[in-house]
Amino acid sequence: MAEVLFFVAGSGAIAGAIGVIAVRNPFYSVLALVSHLVSLALLFLLLRAEFVAAAQVIVYAGAVMVLYVFVVAYVGGQDEPLGPRAGSGLRVVSAIFGAALFLELSVATLGSGLQLIDSGGRPVPAGFGSPEEIGSLLLTKFLLPFEVASFLLLIAAVGAVVLARRRGGLSNAEEQARYSAMDILRPAYTGTMAEAVGERHSLPPGAVVTKTPAEAKAAAEAEAEV
Amino acid sequence: MDIGWYLAVSALIFTIGAAGVLTRRSPLVILLCLELMLNAANLALIAFARMHGNHDGQIFAIVVLVVAACEVTVGLGVIVAMHRRRLPIDVDEMQELQG
Repeated sequence: MAEVLFFVAGSGAIAGAIGVIAVRNPFYSVLALVSHLVSLALLFLLLRAEFVAAAQVIVYAGAVMVLYVFVVAYVGGQDEPLGPRAGSGLRVVSAIFGAALFLELSVATLGSGLQLIDSGGRPVPAGFGSPEEIGSLLLTKFLLPFEVASFLLLIAAVGAVVLARRRGGLSNAEEQARYSAMDILRPAYTGTMAEAVGERHSLPPGAVVTKTPAEAKAAAEAEAEV
Repeated sequence: MDIGWYLAVSALIFTIGAAGVLTRRSPLVILLCLELMLNAANLALIAFARMHGNHDGQIFAIVVLVVAACEVTVGLGVIVAMHRRRLPIDVDEMQELQG
């Protein structure tokens, strides 16, 4: 049973990988990668890595691929001619490179003289690879990598927002007064929704903003009293 | 199944990914091929974790998953910024860092 599942999942993973690089339209490449990831999760399950398999399907096939699909739809998934423009010379070179790489990797792994490589691995207890085991390891032995990974995710999220946003500002004092509830905490004309959608791109030369909304309101009230 | 078979599949997927990085021109597809290579490394890590019967390789695979997600996020952000500046989405024409 395990053999049958291995061959089904392994051939599915390899076919998905070939589909990624052989299909002309980037959109179909993304779909091929999704099928590849699901097959790979099956291989992970055969290797008793339940939690990694679940994380693979949820994080990759769920979240990351949705991001890919959005970006492909945004950029425009136009068909591109396969292969380098210079002709088929580079493709031949890359095929030779790929074959050499495969040979090298096979020699490096299969010829490594590891004693257990021709077996199914050491016998493992029943809960091997379960979320419980992984979670307790992540919070005890591997706490530092766990925290560093979370910081890396935060940095990547901030970086993506900075890279992908539009730059620009609000144009006049009224708009600034309308949008700025928190302009003590940030410089004028930045960080507003209007800036994000690119409503205005630059300040007019004469625009000077001095009043916060609270000040403007207080001034208006003072005027009314007078 | 022997661990060696899993390693062979991993090597094959890594090779396919490397060939894709070399031959394709769209940065989107190149990112996908990078994902393939990272997944092949993950498969090898998990196979070795099964071989030794401990969890260290699986933890390593989870960290690789996180790094891959970060790489995708930033890479796609760069592609969106390229598209917004009307630059060609083609690595053959993007030869300078200063767009």
